[in-house]
Amino acid sequence: MSQEQSLYEQLGGEAAVNAAVDLFYKKMIADARVNRFFFGVDMGQQAAKQKAFLTMAFDGPHHYTGLDMRKGHAHLVEQGLNDQHVDIVIEHLGATLKELGVADELIAQVASIAEGARGDVLGR
Amino acid sequence: MVKVVFEGSPYELPQGVSLLEGLLSQGVKLPYGCKTGSCQSCLLKCTKGSIPVQSQKGLKEAHRLNHYFLSCQCIPTEEMCVALPNLAGERLKATVTGLRLLAPSIMEVRLEPHGEMNYRAGQFIQLYHPEGQARSYSLASVPSLDVDLILHVRKFANGRLSSWIHHDLRVGHDLRISEALGDCFYLPGHSEQPLLLIGTGTGLAPLLGIIKDALEQGHHAPIHLFHGSRDLDGLYLSSELNLISKAHPPFRYTACISNPDVHLAEGVSRGRASDIALATYPNLKGWKVYLCGHPVMVRATQMQAFLANAALSDIHIDPFESQSYGPVST
Repeated sequence: MSQEQSLYEQLGGEAAVNAAVDLFYKKMIADARVNRFFFGVDMGQQAAKQKAFLTMAFDGPHHYTGLDMRKGHAHLVEQGLNDQHVDIVIEHLGATLKELGVADELIAQVASIAEGARGDVLGR
Repeated sequence: MVKVVFEGSPYELPQGVSLLEGLLSQGVKLPYGCKTGSCQSCLLKCTKGSIPVQSQKGLKEAHRLNHYFLSCQCIPTEEMCVALPNLAGERLKATVTGLRLLAPSIMEVRLEPHGEMNYRAGQFIQLYHPEGQARSYSLASVPSLDVDLILHVRKFANGRLSSWIHHDLRVGHDLRISEALGDCFYLPGHSEQPLLLIGTGTGLAPLLGIIKDALEQGHHAPIHLFHGSRDLDGLYLSSELNLISKAHPPFRYTACISNPDVHLAEGVSRGRASDIALATYPNLKGWKVYLCGHPVMVRATQMQAFLANAALSDIHIDPFESQSYGPVST
């Protein structure tokens, strides 16, 4: 199986992350159910974080640990971040990839990686 | 071993190790996150030496031009001097060469720096009170056109720095300033890209610098400035801006008054500058957008511009955070 491409490569690597990040972020801040978590945040820095998140969800090279995820979202959990919001993130992630023409099977793999961060994001 | 000077202290780093890892392993405290060049938490500024290309990959052009780089992606091969971003500024001495009221509460301050001062129109400097307090002021001048640095200083009722500037400063006085900071400036090489500039109050200062710089560099595409104020006094330099638009067809100027009770002068629009601008240009795909002034306006409009299809990397902002604004009227 050494011939097989990684998920990150199949999705198109860094170029695919760059294509997805503006689209994904736009869906998030246009969504009244989640956009309050982004108000007052520097959008440039936020986009860089979204890129790191997408790289992780694409199973690309990253060094995020569960602890980083906990620390990074603790203040949002205090503001009421819950399972429903994580569902919405995964929904927008899927819709973004669909719009970019990614196959359903790969989208399901990305969603399951993102799903794996749920407990850490919500501090459980 | 490679020598790296961080904030003035020298360190010897092993060959082939990233600047971030090398400094961390010697006990230097640095911000970092993903260590893969994505999160940009480990951004540093190079003050001397050449920057490895790989360490500027993915950075905004403005950051690259300002010598910022990602320390996690930087494998130094020769000596480099680096510093934390925004702290790299040395204080320079400057002499006041001109003071002129542009409006009842807005003073134009001209400064001649002692020694070389590299900047781009639209950047800002810190200006220090003799007792050490500092405030940020944007540069309205253009390096290739103006001998002096030009600032627009609005007087705030309880503003110590602005009161000092308006009442006590005189031509001939010496004061201290920082080097130029910030990434809200005109980027050469995009002369076919239309520019939308929205500013409130003295947010006009950096935008004026950017406009003059763009015209000087032969910008072809439309350049449209929307300047907003609550009342007519705040629409300072309007005759100069009208003259520029007559002389340079790519440039258009729209003055906006938000206070519904003010009687409008000819050619002035009623409403908030950002609302009028976005109603005029509902689709900003391919545009470059500059937003300067009141932080609430800047951040809200940044989001609106992004939702109107401007790419995030094409939106440049300069929120005037340090000023003491009153409550925002809605």
